[in-house]
Amino acid sequence: MNWGSASEFFAMGGYGFYVWGSFGVTAAALLIEALLARKRLSDTRRLLRRELAADRDNQD
Amino acid sequence: MKPRQKRLAIVLGGLAAVGIAATLILNAFQSNLVFFFTPTQVAGGEAPKDRPFRIGGLVKEGSLQRNDITARFIVTDTAREIPVAYKGILPDLFSEGKGVVAQGTLGADGNFTASEVLAKHDENYMPPEAQAAVDKAHEASRTLKQ
Amino acid sequence: MSQRLINWFKFASPASFYPLAGTLWPWFAGLASVLCAVGLWISFFVAPTDFQQGEGYRIIFIHVPASWMSMFIYCVMAFWAAIGITFNTRLSGMMSSALAPTGALFAFLSLWTGALWGKPMWGAWWVWDARLTSELILFFLYIGYIALTSAIDDPRRADKAGAIVALVGVINVPIIYFSVKWWNTLHQGASVSMTKAPTMATTMLWGMLIMALAFWMYSIAIALYRVRAIILERERHATWVAELPEMQR
Repeated sequence: MNWGSASEFFAMGGYGFYVWGSFGVTAAALLIEALLARKRLSDTRRLLRRELAADRDNQD
Repeated sequence: MKPRQKRLAIVLGGLAAVGIAATLILNAFQSNLVFFFTPTQVAGGEAPKDRPFRIGGLVKEGSLQRNDITARFIVTDTAREIPVAYKGILPDLFSEGKGVVAQGTLGADGNFTASEVLAKHDENYMPPEAQAAVDKAHEASRTLKQ
Repeated sequence: MSQRLINWFKFASPASFYPLAGTLWPWFAGLASVLCAVGLWISFFVAPTDFQQGEGYRIIFIHVPASWMSMFIYCVMAFWAAIGITFNTRLSGMMSSALAPTGALFAFLSLWTGALWGKPMWGAWWVWDARLTSELILFFLYIGYIALTSAIDDPRRADKAGAIVALVGVINVPIIYFSVKWWNTLHQGASVSMTKAPTMATTMLWGMLIMALAFWMYSIAIALYRVRAIILERERHATWVAELPEMQR
């Protein structure tokens, strides 16, 4: 174990800004990418459902 | 017509991105691929004389002197040496025996006046205890040779 | 043998790859989460402090994996581009465009974490040395690929144009990798390579490799997920899409 306390952990030996700036932005970026991918798939599905429904109505 | 113009704009944007990339490559090949010159290269006249350039090497052990805000040290590649003067804050990893890259101009007297000093660290990562063991081993082999 | 060949081509059709990707991606996402948790634990609680850089070196645990992924994903895109041009398969172009945003993201993260590492250690956020410049070019290649393929409405023509960018740009990858050997750079040499023993303490090395594996699994999961959206977008008029259970009212 490297850290005596939580504040030591967050300070990262004086490099807190740089270390947490790196890990924080990476975590945020991967999370946002995953959410965008999910939105893209659900949007596409909704659009196609609407198109297919319109087609069926036209045929009826 | 509108969507076509939009497409054209995006194509031009893409071409611009590739163009920027190509320019960067060419620029890098012309001057920046040689990020720094070693003291031996400088002594051999390879460094540009009319504009600032970077020198790189190791900070010679025991050469660092500080008075007020000016730091003086010697950059060596173990064959040749260049004395450097620098006004400003040295980076965290700057220390004697370690790598350094300094940008500035070479005076007629052979002294290099730096406007920027960067630390160049190596690719070794280990805990302090392991480094102490390595140092001890070096010391032991040195005493054995004598 | 011929049986196996037929099976491969079966999965190369969007209609059968769509459900396959749907089955596979949660497994890779789960693996990514577990590996990420283990990797982060090692990164912060097991790996010791570095003798030169103190705690600041811990950026390595995402900087190096992100840089590896940015280079590797571009190679995979070039591979799909070559397959697409040679065999004229529809799925290969879709795989390339599914990978490009993730590759661009990792290239960005490599530059970002590198800047946050360079400032305290070297004394500069950015320098124009060969390693950093060639990684920036890789980022622009990804952006160029995305802009070009999204500008062309016909997906087949977009794939062809994108494939050319992917194949031409792939020469940049070995340039990035060997830049620290070929030229004087501020960036240090490789700590891990195939030709020599790693120059890192063992626990540090494990942390880095597990994080790299986590990023790898994440990339596969997100690419499989994104390729499903791309398949639906492009195959919207196919009967198999209309027959999908999620397309019923």
